[in-house]
Amino acid sequence: MYSRSMEILVGAFMLLGIAALAFLAIQVSGLSLNPSNRDTYQISATFTNVAGLTTRAKVSIAGVTVGQVTAIHLDPMSVRAVVDMSIQKQVDYLTTDSIAAIKTAGVLGDQYVSISVGGAPEMLQNGDVITDTQSALVLEDLVGKIITTLGTNN
Amino acid sequence: MTSSWIDIKDLNFSHGPRVILNGIDVSIPKGKITAIMGPSGCGKTTLLRLISSQLKPSQGTIHVAGVDISSLNREQLLIQRRRMGMLFQTGALFTDLSVFENVAFPLRVHTDLPERMIRDLVLMKLHAVGLRGARDLMPAELSGGMTRRAALARAIILDPDLIMYDEPFTGQDPIFVGLLRHLIRRINQTMACTCIIVSHDINETLSISDYMVVLADGKVIGHGEPETVINSDNPHVRQFLQGLPDGPVPFHYPAPDYFQDLELEDA
Amino acid sequence: MLDHVQRFGHQGLSVLTGFGRAGIVLWQSMWGAPDWRAGPGLLIRQLYFIGVYSLVIIVVSGVLIGMVLALQGYTVLVRFGAESALGQFVSLTLLRELGPVVAALLFVGRAGSAVTAEIGLMKATDQLAAMEMIGVDPLKRVVRPRLWAGIISMPILAQIFNMVAILGAVVVGVNWLGVDAGSFWANMQNTVEFREDVLNGSIKAFSFGVVVTWIAIFQGYDAIPTSEGISAATTRTVVHSSLAVLAMDFLLTAVMFGVD
Repeated sequence: MYSRSMEILVGAFMLLGIAALAFLAIQVSGLSLNPSNRDTYQISATFTNVAGLTTRAKVSIAGVTVGQVTAIHLDPMSVRAVVDMSIQKQVDYLTTDSIAAIKTAGVLGDQYVSISVGGAPEMLQNGDVITDTQSALVLEDLVGKIITTLGTNN
Repeated sequence: MTSSWIDIKDLNFSHGPRVILNGIDVSIPKGKITAIMGPSGCGKTTLLRLISSQLKPSQGTIHVAGVDISSLNREQLLIQRRRMGMLFQTGALFTDLSVFENVAFPLRVHTDLPERMIRDLVLMKLHAVGLRGARDLMPAELSGGMTRRAALARAIILDPDLIMYDEPFTGQDPIFVGLLRHLIRRINQTMACTCIIVSHDINETLSISDYMVVLADGKVIGHGEPETVINSDNPHVRQFLQGLPDGPVPFHYPAPDYFQDLELEDA
Repeated sequence: MLDHVQRFGHQGLSVLTGFGRAGIVLWQSMWGAPDWRAGPGLLIRQLYFIGVYSLVIIVVSGVLIGMVLALQGYTVLVRFGAESALGQFVSLTLLRELGPVVAALLFVGRAGSAVTAEIGLMKATDQLAAMEMIGVDPLKRVVRPRLWAGIISMPILAQIFNMVAILGAVVVGVNWLGVDAGSFWANMQNTVEFREDVLNGSIKAFSFGVVVTWIAIFQGYDAIPTSEGISAATTRTVVHSSLAVLAMDFLLTAVMFGVD
């Protein structure tokens, strides 16, 4: 009853399980085996409003992903939102006057941080803060503004 | 009577509120075939399971070869059981192993013998029960009698000091009953082991046993050499041995008066 | 009144003793020195009967469920013009919920009931008692390989289920309904997080494996050794395990994904 073919089938079963896990890791979750991803440096930016932004949201320059949001917390002094981001090491051309904006991918899409690089000679270092920011567009505020504008025009 | 191998003192066993064995005091002689007999439901099989310590007594002690087996822990008990063989009523062969592997099983788990030696030993025992040619069959392919013979080969493979047979003759044809009687006798003589047969087949059992114990209602009602027990004037024993339909064990389940029940009181 | 209280108390006690016995069976069969003389053969044998035998039902159900998910997801998403999010919808549903839960329920029906019936039958035919008489602990020899085979097989089966279900969704979504393959995969990869989704799903599958196998071996070991007893035990295995899987799924989901 206990035979070699049984051993082989059980071995194939285990291998299939490992293959499935590899498939889910690489093809489905896009886990990269490239270690360069882990070489990052930290910067942060302060916003008046981060509505809808979550940790692990993308950070991109001109639509290309260069990092992700690692933490969001409130600064008790200024009562502004501080967004910590990790940026890939090879992206070392973020100037000190870069502008960070919170944008939405499509109408229903996720929020992400978009950075526009400025022209200053100094580059951002690990731990630096971007102060020139555009906060998230809050739909209710926008609608409220339009209504007040319409009201004054009348 | 020769020295005793099993000593049972003041043994009580109850299952929930039901008392199954009540104050059993009996000794089973060494190297002899002892029959434990009694009507169905008198606690014979329970007594066998207590001797093999598959059950724990509610009260009293059982000494097997001088060891109080109810005081052993699980590990010691498993070791002690290597010296016992048991033939279950159903045979209880492992359904996923062949006849050969079934008989080899105790050797494989308890010894480090080389494969060649295991093969020889297994074939010797299979030969003794006449199943050497059936070694590659699976238990599902065996008849009831062959299953019990294979199980017997497995029970004696470690040359135990004590072999217990649980209802070995029940539901078997006369050829097999004769064969098994012969086997039990021969095993007892060649291996010089103590045998216990639990049975209610009077003639088959009495013809091969040296000593007998009769149980009824959880009590020992007679024990000794078969001749003395047969000639006993205890009504329980007589009813059982002679197969009388009515006696101390009533024919009727307790019921109200027959005529009253049929509403024939006036008649 | 007092009668009711008394009966309630009795039932409570019998539930407690049941849990106690189940715990003892789990504890005694799980740990202790492995039986080296028997070798890995016993475990491989059970992996074969528990894992490999369940593979067919897992793969077929996985493909079908993936295809249905893609079809249903597409009809909803296409109304918002968001059909490119199909990949993310299908993969998150599968990895977090459907994969572990459905695989576990199928595993209960295929392997759990078989384990209960097998152990119950071994008990009814005195095989377990015979093993004890030979001086071998049936908890170690019979129950332990089945327990570990179940615990090992369940996460593997769940991941295979996830993989074939996603591939089934690709067939329906990309090849038949015409969702763009690039955006299908890209959307999926952007939202699925390995640690958050794949590993949490595996933890779920592992927990289900432990509980389902535990229930199956206990019900078999504790079965009343008659035909009725075994069939009742098999039914109990399916009912208790299914409920346990769903209840645990809720708890685990609340812990893993509930609150940030």
